[in-house]
Amino acid sequence: MPRRNAPELFIPEPRLRPGDKPDFSNLDIPPVGVLDKPDEMVDFTEIPEHARSMIRVLDDDHKAKGAWDPHLDPETLRGGLRNMLKTRVYDERMHKMQRQGKMSFYMKCTGEEAVAVAQATALRPSDMLFATYRQQGLLITRGHSMLDMMCHCLSNSRDYCKGRQMPIFYTWREGNYFSISGSVGTQFSQAVGWAMAAAYKGQDDIACTWVGDGTTAEADFHYALTFAAVYRAPVILNVVNNQWAISSFQGIAGGISATFANRGRGYGLPGLRVDGNDFLAVYAATQWAADRARRGGGATLIEHYTYRADAHSTSDDPSKYRPRKEWEAWPLGDPIERLKNHLIVLGEWSEEQHEQLRKELEEEVAALFREAESYGTLHTGPRPDINLMFEDVYEEMPLNLRRQRQQVGV
Amino acid sequence: MTSMNMIQALNSAMDCLLDRDPNVVIMGEDVGYFGGVFRATAGLQQKYGRQRVFDTPIAEGGIVATAIGMGVNGLRPIAEIQFSDYIYPAIDQIVSEAARLRYRSGGEYYAPITIRSPCGGGIFGGQTHSQSPEGIFTHVSGLTTVMPSNPYDAKGLLIAAVESNDPVLFFEPKRIYNGPFDGDPNKPAEDWSRHEGGDVPEEYYSLPLRQAAIVREGADLTVITYGTMVHVSRAAVERSGFDAEIIDLRTLVPLDIETITKSVHKTGRCVVVHEATRTGGFGAEILSQIQEDCFWDLEAPIERVTGWDTPYPHAFEWEYFPGQERVLTAIEKVMGA
Repeated sequence: MPRRNAPELFIPEPRLRPGDKPDFSNLDIPPVGVLDKPDEMVDFTEIPEHARSMIRVLDDDHKAKGAWDPHLDPETLRGGLRNMLKTRVYDERMHKMQRQGKMSFYMKCTGEEAVAVAQATALRPSDMLFATYRQQGLLITRGHSMLDMMCHCLSNSRDYCKGRQMPIFYTWREGNYFSISGSVGTQFSQAVGWAMAAAYKGQDDIACTWVGDGTTAEADFHYALTFAAVYRAPVILNVVNNQWAISSFQGIAGGISATFANRGRGYGLPGLRVDGNDFLAVYAATQWAADRARRGGGATLIEHYTYRADAHSTSDDPSKYRPRKEWEAWPLGDPIERLKNHLIVLGEWSEEQHEQLRKELEEEVAALFREAESYGTLHTGPRPDINLMFEDVYEEMPLNLRRQRQQVGV
Repeated sequence: MTSMNMIQALNSAMDCLLDRDPNVVIMGEDVGYFGGVFRATAGLQQKYGRQRVFDTPIAEGGIVATAIGMGVNGLRPIAEIQFSDYIYPAIDQIVSEAARLRYRSGGEYYAPITIRSPCGGGIFGGQTHSQSPEGIFTHVSGLTTVMPSNPYDAKGLLIAAVESNDPVLFFEPKRIYNGPFDGDPNKPAEDWSRHEGGDVPEEYYSLPLRQAAIVREGADLTVITYGTMVHVSRAAVERSGFDAEIIDLRTLVPLDIETITKSVHKTGRCVVVHEATRTGGFGAEILSQIQEDCFWDLEAPIERVTGWDTPYPHAFEWEYFPGQERVLTAIEKVMGA
């Protein structure tokens, strides 16, 4: 970029806008296998390239290569593929139902399924998850009841959030999954506190938490990295760089001059930059960071390089700010297609099996939705008991709330 | 019984808590080896170890956030915010997270955390060491907001706060850490040894949250107050010659409205006193609730004595601070009406 000999207010701007032809030829995507896999307890100063380059395993010929290949058995791979596909089918069904007016709101994670599904596969069920609204794959992989997820989104009589939360703000204590907040980033620093308590108690469970690229600008990101580094908290800090924070491209969060993974290094934490659409790479990086945390090595910052294929939410229209069909040109592809092709190359899967699985999942999810609807929807009811509006503000209901409840007539 | 000042009483409360429950930890800026800038945690790290009483980075939002995470993982953290003037970076975590967690998760998760923070003026601390921000938090349902007025209450209420499964903001009026203060800065400083609130058992005890205390019974009027202003109000009442009932709220929210209405029903006259700024202050809420519940008992308009609606000014400490004269004037006004 030409420089003048005077300061100039620089406003970052994405290269392409609506009407432009999708083109990612400017991205420097390193080839598969360029990075070595160091011992988990390596000093962070010894692996600067891991924060700047990219951990990749699945090559263009769909084979797993390099030191980061986690050598997963076919059963695990098929499980991962199934969970990613189930996540996508769930999203598609829920999005459609939102468009039909059955829900007030919905958020898809299309194109980012590998992040949540591979990570949940790599972690133990007892590890604690502090997610954002775009990691529904965690719940699906851990086996949360999809009927419960739907009933929550429908704010119906079976909504476990008791009608208090917008759709997709799931909570699942039994599954070690923390209640999602609508204020982005708050969970990032809370996860560090959870991990500090785990270390205090001598547990070897770890915490794992996520933010998007945009949220790295929040104070909570800085709090999380500072506290994690200071107290060597056993936590994995993930930045899902899906390029877009609603309409603001990742350059507005500071992603132009340095990678997000590189930020860890300033705090004394290792940073790993990972091909976020590569199930095997995400799995391997997560396993590495989890082992490091369990061995007392503290936190790791992982940047998952991916692309938000769909709108931010059902209230958003990305055709207003980025080229249409940009995702189809994304050089790291579709995580589901890539894992599917890998399994096919291994001789462990086929297009026919895949189509069959998709059909089965679509039928299963559609049937579950019909059942969920039988418990009500936000607009048609039945909704949760109105009594519940006043409960859980405090453990014990104070007098003002008891009086207000009487005013409502319940 | 031992005579303790408020700092010693708070220290004793935390000592009891650390001793009884291994899940209690104390965290905050300078609270560890040094024992806190006001010495409230002095000696506790030495007694219980670094993992239980530790320094934090200067990041109030991070302190509260990590305390919430620890609470979710079974601990009962006591987080110190060094001055309540510095609590604002933590507001998102307090308001959007700690206060709402139980509700939003359908009761699955909650934040059993206590945030201790010295508040209030009278110490020439200027605008960043003198504020009374309790009214910001009393507006938030889900939070319990406490302010003790003497060492005995401070210990019992802090123990109850830490044992509560709801997040508690525990504001400590720093002007009365070392002794009661009646609002007259020219009088020699008094210590707690000659005040009944300075008698504090060394052993464990707790006092109920959500319960106001009647610190002086009376029939002519009701003075509703809390924190340092309990002592200022008491001195003003003595000077007035009226037989006032003084209510120390102790817990602001959830409010013990029944103690208030019972008293106002009896006296028919009422003065509300707090140190915090006036507009939108907690006094406005008390006035409003009295109006709703006791309008037909009232013999006179309710008076409100508060700090002015300015930032806390350094050179005008005693013109700003709502001292005895202002309380006295208000008492005379409601009695003369």
